[in-house]
Order: sequence, then structure tokens, then C-alpha cells
Amino acid sequence: MSDKIPVTVLTGYLGAGKTTLLNRILTEPHGKKFAVIVNEFGEIGIDNDLVVGADEEVFEMNNGCICCTVRGDLIRIIEGLMKRKGKFDAIIVETTGLADPAPVAQTFFVDEDVSARARLDAVITVVDARWLKDQLKDAPEVKNQIAFADVIVLNKIDLVSADELVDVEKNIRAINAYATIHKTTRSAVSLDAVLGKNAFDLDRILDIAPEFLEDVHVHHDESVQSVAINLPGDIDPEKFMPWLNEFTQAEGPNILRCKGILSFKDEPKRFVFQGVHMILDGDLQRDWKADEVRQSKMVFIGHKLNRAVIEKAVEACRV
Amino acid sequence: MIDASESLTQRVEPIEAGEHVIAAQFIGEQPVLALAGGTVLLGMNHQRVQPHGDAAILVASADETMLLTGGDDGKIISTKPDGNSTVLGDEKGKWIDAVAIGSSGATAWSTGKKVVARDGKGDLKEWLAPTTAQGLCFAPKGYRLAISHYNGSSLWFPNTEGKPEFREWKGSHLDVTFSPDGRFLVTSMQENTLHGWRLADGKDMRMSGYPSKTRSFSWSHDGYWLATSGADAAIIWPFKDKDGPMGKAPRECGVRHSKVSAVSFHPRALVVAIGYEDGCILLCRLTDSAELLVRPAVQNEGRITSMGWNKTGNRMVFGTEEGAAGILTLP
Repeated sequence: MSDKIPVTVLTGYLGAGKTTLLNRILTEPHGKKFAVIVNEFGEIGIDNDLVVGADEEVFEMNNGCICCTVRGDLIRIIEGLMKRKGKFDAIIVETTGLADPAPVAQTFFVDEDVSARARLDAVITVVDARWLKDQLKDAPEVKNQIAFADVIVLNKIDLVSADELVDVEKNIRAINAYATIHKTTRSAVSLDAVLGKNAFDLDRILDIAPEFLEDVHVHHDESVQSVAINLPGDIDPEKFMPWLNEFTQAEGPNILRCKGILSFKDEPKRFVFQGVHMILDGDLQRDWKADEVRQSKMVFIGHKLNRAVIEKAVEACRV
Repeated sequence: MIDASESLTQRVEPIEAGEHVIAAQFIGEQPVLALAGGTVLLGMNHQRVQPHGDAAILVASADETMLLTGGDDGKIISTKPDGNSTVLGDEKGKWIDAVAIGSSGATAWSTGKKVVARDGKGDLKEWLAPTTAQGLCFAPKGYRLAISHYNGSSLWFPNTEGKPEFREWKGSHLDVTFSPDGRFLVTSMQENTLHGWRLADGKDMRMSGYPSKTRSFSWSHDGYWLATSGADAAIIWPFKDKDGPMGKAPRECGVRHSKVSAVSFHPRALVVAIGYEDGCILLCRLTDSAELLVRPAVQNEGRITSMGWNKTGNRMVFGTEEGAAGILTLP
């Protein structure tokens, strides 16, 4: 897995500060070479990096899965880039402000040629602190972009008061309980906060403070929410995996993302999964450490998720 | 022609290409390797030229007269066996997604939705595909181009005003090929299947069962067979009959524990060269399925990306993803 090229997906609504962040990533002295896939060549001009124009062509996969869409242009571009291995260390995909991140993310799971060569490192979403509240009302894209994020750059915090900032953060947490949030002005965030995150390493998923989970209920966003579950002890894979498959097949269109680290009975290694809509990807990872508490943590982010039903189903898989 | 009792590994002259081989073909009798870094190796002494300067070569195709390359500099360049090259088109830095060579010096290329056809005299015609053009192929006769794209393929006569004829089939179509008699059009698809149309009546054919995408096609010299990559054997579909492969099972040649990544039929005999993801190459004779080893699997040299025969059929050139290459000379 380590020799796969890491891919960072950069999303954010119009004017949130995406291009500023991209320019920051590209111009800071880090000694890395990036291949950057953009939709408009505009204000980015870099000598050292490879810039490729994309068309954001979203294709439905003809595989009977209605929510399974991929970015056809991305498959082609990554195929082209892989012929030039050694010319760059990482790929950044910038999406347009109105883009749904799902097809981008799904491309890295669904296309076998892409997934053999590249891995999704993280989805970074730039959020405008000043306008988020309005955007959540008017722009469904913004909710999806936040729901998909592994890392959120909460930008333009100089334009809001301390109280407003707390509110905005609660709004974000109501949608996405696990993303890391960095508060910035002019997208000034350190590069190691956004690059090399390795979204598969889900250790941080569940370092979600309990008070946030309570807040989720208070500031419940009626259209997109997170359901986070933390079960001490082991679960039975014979029960859990069939349930997870069934659940994601049935609720796929409503589940934007899911992730988890599981402690299976009699299994020395941690099982890690993540998914986008109906597509699931999972594997045994490293051993549980001696001083680590064996537990299963997972998060489902989506529309109309029934927390009680999910909790009950997962609880039934406990050993 | 081939003595089935011996291996051909001793008859392969290795070439240090050094970069991902985009195309390993012959311009008539001259071997040519087009490399991703932009270098072209020409002839038996592998003269190195850089038609695209510092830019990369993304796609390439060769026939008896030229090597046609499309680069990430947006240029489409024809290179002759003597190393002289001519810029046929310039798409201003846009990546060239596909190129094709037709008869009488005609060429075509695409970038995004834009498809350009250039006849032998240099007249350019443009067409905007409904979605990104993925593959291009000239019809065996006449100045007609097939374009594969999302939800079907289009057949375009660049010299007529009329709209291209659209053949619909849901899904993303990748590469496209005409049967040598012009009766069938076949595309490979994102969903690991092939789709075919019988052009006379538009009848659809589905050729499925592949574990991965087909990215290499090759027609036999008589036009009766289509060899394809994408499975643990070369899957070879029969096209001799009126109905083509409809209702028929394909032949499977060279079954191994590695996926086939490239196929190339011999220009005069029913023998197909089969290249695998592990770097192995076999020759397989269709009549009795006899196999000959050309190259064993080699670790860390990558999959076979391209293979091609010279016109007389006594030499075959190949290249891999990691820049290994070689020429087989038959006894």
C-alpha cells in the first residue's frame, strides 16, 4: 500500500478559500512535487509541479448500483500520470465549488486500475466561517462537502465573532462528527495538517469528544448527520460483516461515508473499513497494541440515518 | 513456421528503454518504441529522438509509414523511420487522449470532447463529442472515424456535413476497433466487458466475463478472430460468421496465473503474441493451441504494455511498464 501515490482531494464551496489553500500547498518549501488536477487553470502557476486540466465528467457505473458514480476524466488522467512515475510524489485533485465529492472519492475505490496505483489520502474541505450558515440553507453541495471531509479547514475566522465561531463549529460537527477541524484565516494551515493524513489510518476517528456527540443531538441537522458508535470489547465478524453489507446495500444512497476500526473476536489485528455510499473497502491492519483498549469504533455519515436502529444492530454483534 | 519444441527466449535481443513503454510497434520493417518520458527509439540500432522535446508522450500508434504520438504538450507529431518529425496538430498544452492512423496518410486525435481528423493533404476537420472521446479508430475503407465515449460510440465522416451516426449503449466506452471487413465495431468498457455492434443492422453484442478492463485488441490477419486482454488468458472471439461472436464462446489461449495485458496477432499466420502483467510473453498458435515461451515472467519490470510485429512477420518488438523492452527474431 505504501508505494501507492497518495491523493488529496480539495473541496469547498465557491469563495471559501480553496485556491488560496492550493497555492499555499504548492508554494511552501516542502521539497515535494505534486501533480495537480484542476478544473480551471486560473491563478495557480507553478514551475515545479505538473498541472492537468479536468472536465469533472461524472459517469454512472453500469453495475446496477444507482449511487455508484465515478469521475471518468479522473480515471484517464491518473492513468496518464502513472506513466510518469517518479516525476511527482503526490496528487492533489481540486474540485469545483459546486461539486459533489462522492464521485471523486468513489473513483479511488471502484476503478481497479486507479486503486491499484493510487490511494485516497484525505478529503480536505475548506469552509467559509462567515457564510456557512447561509450556505447550509441554500447549497446542498456544502453539506456533502463537509460530510465527506477528513479534514476541515474552517477559514475566514477573522470575519466572525467568537460566539459565531462556536456556532459554526457546532454546525459542522452536526454534519460530520469525526473530521479534524483547523481554524484559519487566508487558509493558513500547516501542510502536515492537510497532507499525508492517511485517511485509512483511522486512529483519530474516534477521538471525538463526548460533548460533541451530545451537541449533535442539540444542533441536529435534519438532512445530514453523523452516527458514531463506540463499543468496548470484541464483536463477532460473522454477525457484523453480513449486517454491514446489508445495511450499506439497503441504505447506500443515504450513506455518504462510513468508517470504522473493529475489534474482532480472536483476531490479533485491527480490522479497518471505509465506504462511500454502497461501496465498502476493508482490511486487517496492524496488531492491537498491548496497552490498547480493544474496542470497535465506527461512524456513519448520511441522510435519514436512524441512530437507534444502527446502535441496536451493532450492539447485537457484540460477543 | 514455428517449431513447438523450443523456447524462443534465446532469440530475444533486450533493449534498455528505461521508461514506461507507451508503444512498441514497427514502422513497416523498422522497430519503434515510444516512451512516456518523450523519447522515441528508432530502428535496429535504437536511435534516440525527442519529437516532443521535454514533454511526455501519452499515446502513440504506428503503421507502415510513420509513428504518430500525442503528448502532454498538446502536440500531435508524426515521426518517420529516418527520425524526421512533423507537427500535425497543436492543441495548446491540452493532454492528447487518443490518436489513430487511417489509410492514405489520414490521422486523427482527441483531447477532451474535441476530435480532430486530418486527411492526407492536411485538411483539418473538427467535431465535439457529447462527452470525452476515449478511443478513436478509422474504418478500414473510406475516410470514416469511430469515436468511443460515454453511453456509446459515434461514426463520423469528417468530409460530410451530416451529424455523426450515434450508436447508443449505456456505460463508459474506452477503446474502439473496427473489424478488418468493416462489418463490426467493438468497444471495451469501464465495466470489464466488450460491446459490439453489427453495423449493418445495429445489432448489439455483449462480450462479457472479463475480470478486468480490456485495454488491448488485435485482429488476426484474416480478420476472423479478435484477441483481447483483461483475463488470465487471451480471450479470442470468432468473427468469421455473419453473426460474428453472437451465441458463440470465445477461444482461450495461454491460460496462466497472471492477467493478459497486451495481445498482438502475427501478420500472416494464426499465431498470437500474448503479454502478461508479470512480464511473461507467449506465442500461441490458434490451430492447435501450441505455446512457445518468448519471455519468462520478470520481477520488477512491470506488465507488458505493447507488442507489435514487422510486416513480414519474422520480428516482434515489446515493451513493459518499467522500461524493459526487446525484439524477438524468429528462426
